[in-house]
Amino acid sequence: MHRTLLRPLASPFLLLAAALCIACPALHAAGKTLKVGFAQTGAESAWRTANSESMKSEAAKRGIDLKFSDGQGKQENQIRAVRSFITQGVDAIVIAPIVETGWDPVLREAKRAKIPVILTDRTIQTSDESLYACFIGSDFYEEGKMAADWLAKFTGGKGSIVELQGTPGSAPANERRKAFGDGIKKYPGLKIIDSQSGNFERSGGKQVMEAFLKKHGKAIGIVYAHNDDMALGAAQAIEEAGLKPGKDIVLVSIDAIKEAVAAVAAGRLNCTVECNPLFGPKVFDTVSKLLAGEKVPKKMYNKDELFDATNAAKVLPSRQY
Amino acid sequence: MKRHSSLLWLAVGLILLVAYNLVGNPAFLKISVQDGHLYGVPIDILTQGSRTMLLALGMTLVIATGGVDLSVGSVVAIAGAVCALLLNSGTSLVVTLAAAVGVGALAGGVNGTLVARLGIQPIVATLILMVAGRGIAQLICGGQVIIIDRKSFEFLANGFVAGLPVAPLVVGGLYGLTHLFLRRTAVGLFVEAVGDNETASRFAGLAAARVKILAYVFCGVCAGLTGVLTAANIRAADANRAGENAELDAIFAVVVGGTALTGGRFSILGTFLGALLIQTLAATMYFRGVPPAVAPVPKALLILAVSLLQSEKLRTWIASHWRRKEGAV
Repeated sequence: MHRTLLRPLASPFLLLAAALCIACPALHAAGKTLKVGFAQTGAESAWRTANSESMKSEAAKRGIDLKFSDGQGKQENQIRAVRSFITQGVDAIVIAPIVETGWDPVLREAKRAKIPVILTDRTIQTSDESLYACFIGSDFYEEGKMAADWLAKFTGGKGSIVELQGTPGSAPANERRKAFGDGIKKYPGLKIIDSQSGNFERSGGKQVMEAFLKKHGKAIGIVYAHNDDMALGAAQAIEEAGLKPGKDIVLVSIDAIKEAVAAVAAGRLNCTVECNPLFGPKVFDTVSKLLAGEKVPKKMYNKDELFDATNAAKVLPSRQY
Repeated sequence: MKRHSSLLWLAVGLILLVAYNLVGNPAFLKISVQDGHLYGVPIDILTQGSRTMLLALGMTLVIATGGVDLSVGSVVAIAGAVCALLLNSGTSLVVTLAAAVGVGALAGGVNGTLVARLGIQPIVATLILMVAGRGIAQLICGGQVIIIDRKSFEFLANGFVAGLPVAPLVVGGLYGLTHLFLRRTAVGLFVEAVGDNETASRFAGLAAARVKILAYVFCGVCAGLTGVLTAANIRAADANRAGENAELDAIFAVVVGGTALTGGRFSILGTFLGALLIQTLAATMYFRGVPPAVAPVPKALLILAVSLLQSEKLRTWIASHWRRKEGAV
């Protein structure tokens, strides 16, 4: 019923859309500004803010018209944003999906409009992988592995570790936990003696570490935290217990927020593995490639670095977030 | 009578929980002296639990009037953000504290007015600030975690006076004062009257709406102070995570403490024990090494158990069952 009513209306639109799509590459070649829609999750953390900033500044640098939408932590806002990008006829859509499921219908609409979709930061679950062009993200597993390798080298493969996990069930917590466990398997001297969740929070890390310090006493040699916030909280708990974080207890964490890199430089933390939020250059490189008809890998990862006492002080001034 | 029995069950639950920990590791109750102050798990429980206790104190009065305040977690975040903003621009500690309390009172005033004057359902009215509040806090912080480097500020949450932790002392003092104020004056009775039957209390000459608004203002002030403690605890204002889900813990503490969500009678001591129970439970998870993925299950079971123990209907049913059996024998 609806369909028959809408058909006469829809066809001119479809024609128009088709015309636009054919015209797009031509316009692009003629130096027309590219329009890219970006459906961000929200502004929930310093990492996210840096991520948005990177997209915006890179777009400005390349003269791309970036339509930025803040999802405020809700998928329905993101879906609405993607729909509006489609109606505005953008050249490409970038989504940082808040949740993994429920994207198929809107992605199908984008596909029908022949707009390539790039997923960043987090992936989705879909029955049809052709609905999106590619995924660009952080390799949480690699980060955990880098932390484990660094620790093995630093401690000579010996020590009792307590682990501060991220939010149970979240992808970074799962991957960083698994990778670290796999990474220290080769070193029988490295053992995880306790593991609890601090929910990626500073106060959570502090509270769990306080309990660990009472439970295990002097047995704790190493803290492995799934993010910097928890490590900084744990460092505070260690200080309050009359010990020196970074000296009496080794602290390794992930994310490399500016405050943590500064703490590494000051010797309060020992190592932080970067989880790079500066996606902008890679995302827009990929957009250009896609629009030029080039093939891109389905999965791409941002390169992450590692900061410890040897290089933290040097890179500190250039840290953006 | 009824109130006392629910307090008794709560105390029994708390003792059982501590006993369970002691069996696993006697270090649970060990208190030593470190750097001239007390050090041990019980001290941690009191210090970390002081925030939930303070939130729950304010929540008790709001729930006693038959309402609920979902916005306290967001008010915590706003107050923390305000502290960071003021302290980092060189404002004195006293002015900063006054501002945090003021922000809390303002938030409470808005909630109270929506509920008492405009007749909006408490859940809906306070949901507005719960959602908007976090946005306000993030706006103040610019989406960043703001570090607060002020020793006197941190002292409020992590300091010690004569070897005793400051935060539990302050919160304990507030509990004492609130209890005296409510029970030694007629105010407590006013609150219970409004919660029990608003219409009747109005006909009896009570300014019911004003009592309600003041309850929300008090709750907001408690949330503002909790925001101070939360920020001081981690020396930073984290607009995104501070006070997250704190409203639920506060409501849980109040309800477990024997104050019914339907309003009316309330128990300050019960709320205190309820908050203590939540924090002891958290410490238990760490101490007994419960995997974090399953940690919510024991918490849920505990809530269920305490609710069942407090259910008058269930207790009479069990009692009558028992008697019948005894009769048969």
